[in-house]
Amino acid sequence: MQANPSKKEPIILVRNLSARFGRRVVLKEVNFQIYPNEIAVILGTSGCGKTTVLKHLFGLYPIQKGEVFLMGERLNEITEDDYQRLVRKVGVLFQNGALLNSLTVAENVAIPLEQHTRLPEDLIEYLVRVKLKLVELSQAFYLYPSQLSGGMRKRAALARALALDPPLLFCDEPSAGLDPLTLQALDELFLKLKNQLGITIVMVTHEIPSIFRLADRVIFLHRGEVIFNGSLPDAVARSPEPVREFFRVGMADTRHGAHPPVEP
Amino acid sequence: MNRRNEQKHSSAPETPLSWEWNHQELRFRGDLTLPWVDDAVEPLFRELKHFSPSQLVIVLDEVKRLDSAGVALLQRIATVLEEKGKTVLFASVPRTIAPTLKMFTLERSRERTPPARLFWIERLGEAVDRFFRIDLIRFVYLMADIFYWSFADLFTHRQRRKGEFVNQVVLMGANAVPIVSTIALLIGLVVALQSAAQLRQFGANVYVADLIAISMVQEMGPLLTAIVVAGRSGSAIASEIGTMVITEEVDALKTMAISPVRYLIIPKVHALVLSLPLLAMLANFLGILGGTIVGYFYLNISPYVFYNRMVQVLEFRDLMTGFVKSLVFAGLIVITGSFYGFRVQGGPEGVGRVTTASVVTAIFLVILADSFLGLLFY
Repeated sequence: MQANPSKKEPIILVRNLSARFGRRVVLKEVNFQIYPNEIAVILGTSGCGKTTVLKHLFGLYPIQKGEVFLMGERLNEITEDDYQRLVRKVGVLFQNGALLNSLTVAENVAIPLEQHTRLPEDLIEYLVRVKLKLVELSQAFYLYPSQLSGGMRKRAALARALALDPPLLFCDEPSAGLDPLTLQALDELFLKLKNQLGITIVMVTHEIPSIFRLADRVIFLHRGEVIFNGSLPDAVARSPEPVREFFRVGMADTRHGAHPPVEP
Repeated sequence: MNRRNEQKHSSAPETPLSWEWNHQELRFRGDLTLPWVDDAVEPLFRELKHFSPSQLVIVLDEVKRLDSAGVALLQRIATVLEEKGKTVLFASVPRTIAPTLKMFTLERSRERTPPARLFWIERLGEAVDRFFRIDLIRFVYLMADIFYWSFADLFTHRQRRKGEFVNQVVLMGANAVPIVSTIALLIGLVVALQSAAQLRQFGANVYVADLIAISMVQEMGPLLTAIVVAGRSGSAIASEIGTMVITEEVDALKTMAISPVRYLIIPKVHALVLSLPLLAMLANFLGILGGTIVGYFYLNISPYVFYNRMVQVLEFRDLMTGFVKSLVFAGLIVITGSFYGFRVQGGPEGVGRVTTASVVTAIFLVILADSFLGLLFY
């Protein structure tokens, strides 16, 4: 484990977290911490438990074994009231967007504002427009989710996750299905959020360019265990073999724009 | 106080928001962030109504933090005053919050208007047009497709889904037995009870057997079975097909050169054409049983007499009427369910819509067909 560079309290602290579904063990004694104002990227091959870890972090899964602290609060036996209060400070972008299909994009973004504030309607509308502009979806204001493409839906969901300006943002594969240009714009938005608003971002992603643009911290999961937790340069150079292989193959991928030839 | 603590940023300590009017100057202090803005909006806009000078300078040098809600508040103040022909200036914006102010500021020029809603008569016209130009034709095509394949499929074994027929018979037929029998028995009891009250006035007690037997076999048995099955299986077909359409499974079948109608619908047609008449027969039996029970306990007709009477009045024709009706209903239920399933639009919420529509339409069509056939066989 790395020394804490910023000497701050961790915003997320996971201790000995284990999880199993039925008889299948998904997480084995997972330990890591994430500090405020950093972008942490959770990596790993498909099916290694990334989404499971993420869903534990904001309390969507009950904790079977171990401990999770979110902004200093222990999630294990948190009361419903405390949890409600806590998740208001958390924005979550789900893998498939999870927009409410019966509402327009604008109405979706307005949900948290209408439910949790007493702001007048015109202010809410302003905020919705701003958030949609941030994700470059101003034109989708009156559209329904079913009228959007997959990438647009995800960006609309991001706008909703940002509605209350949460200090902590969780993203489950925000970049999947985006073209490189939109992806870059989205990454710039993430950096802006981090640098200007001091947001902490925890994301699961596979996009190597994104990881290089964003990651302050890399957490690598392999078969339900954290095998690396540290800075990006360390992850590329000094890390266990599966991590280095991930970056080796991934970087070759981006350089040639296609999969590298398989060596015998 | 609670509300304020709860939104605390994890990093720097927060400072409460306050503001001060100074002739044509408005000075904010502290955090212009959501929880504080939430509390400030109402008093601030109330005070703004009494603002008379022609220019307002908003001074931000003592603002510690700013977020989108803060920017929204500032911009709203500006808009409100500018609409009254006044000018608004932002002064001494600290370097720490200037990028945030820029990031969350919208150029006020082009506001998109919501798409215009059609006048009701236009919407009616569109619906009628759609019905005749698209829906009716599709319905007929689908019916033709189903009709063709349900016979063609009998004579060729290639491309048939193994085990699906039995599976569907279990799902749509066998699993419906408990509910259909219960309902039929209760209907039989109630009809016998209601008519007994009338018949007894004329001393025509024994005719309750005629009434129950004929009405059950010709009418009630097939009809109530069809309604129950339309609710159970019609909706299941619509939602299954609808889900498959929006998840592109139907498109996948098409690109594999497999007819979705044949692959998905035909096993259901065959299964329901077999099981609906059987279920209707079961309903007939239990309905008549209900009548017998009422006859025995309420009208003193022995089951033996009831049975004899029934055998005398029932003709083969009556049985056939019920049978033909059941076949027609089975076809209608599957066709309606699959028609709505294939017609699904939008996302998952569209599936819910077509499911409801399919049940309502199926029940309507069943009753409509029942009246026609009733007249035909009268």
